[in-house]
Amino acid sequence: MDISESKDFLVHSGSLKEVRTFSRDVFDKLNLNKDLKDELVLAIAEAAQNIVKHAYKGVEETKDHMQIKISMKDNQLEIGFYDKGKPVVSENIQHRKLDDIKPGGLGTYFIKQIMDDAVFKKDQQQWVNHLVLTKRI
Amino acid sequence: MSYKISEEGNIATVFLNGEIDMDVTEKAKEVILPLVETGKEVHLNLKDVSYMDSSGISVLIESHQKALESNTKVVVKEVSKSVLKVIMMAKLEQILNLE
Repeated sequence: MDISESKDFLVHSGSLKEVRTFSRDVFDKLNLNKDLKDELVLAIAEAAQNIVKHAYKGVEETKDHMQIKISMKDNQLEIGFYDKGKPVVSENIQHRKLDDIKPGGLGTYFIKQIMDDAVFKKDQQQWVNHLVLTKRI
Repeated sequence: MSYKISEEGNIATVFLNGEIDMDVTEKAKEVILPLVETGKEVHLNLKDVSYMDSSGISVLIESHQKALESNTKVVVKEVSKSVLKVIMMAKLEQILNLE
């Protein structure tokens, strides 16, 4: 089944629950099994959290929205994240070493574990950052 | 996220309920860390936690480390399957005291 759905969310930690609900609803339509659905929802939530935490670091309150687009075509899942926060320098993104036990630094690691690929694209004029996560289903 | 605390002797048990994400981590820490700082053994019952992300994992790590500083321990109990998967993805099953 091919699908393409997108939704805008206020850039705020309080939106993360709504992000998960949107993602679960889309994956329900795709009849994905629960374990895979849970993993994908986690990856999406982590990427959305990174926008709130890092792209809008130091911004107390914003009326900006981020957009999440989930598409499935020919068993290739693509999830796009669009935001207008600080430009991300993808070369600077790295998760902490797993044996360096301390709070934080795991979100990007989870995304990389779950998805096949995560790439920041510079193809948007309307947005500042465009992250694309892909996975073969 | 909601919570309930029961205390018996030197053990305080925090029953967490709901989804633990970035939006509720401060609240979770405000509940858990002061209990740890009293030196009591703190049991975190996650039976009714249906979702936890990296922010929730950070709360578990911070609680564990605070317990070591306070010469006590945090025990993570009745972890749901979905939360256990996240703990294992972070390779923390040997670090945290899971029961």
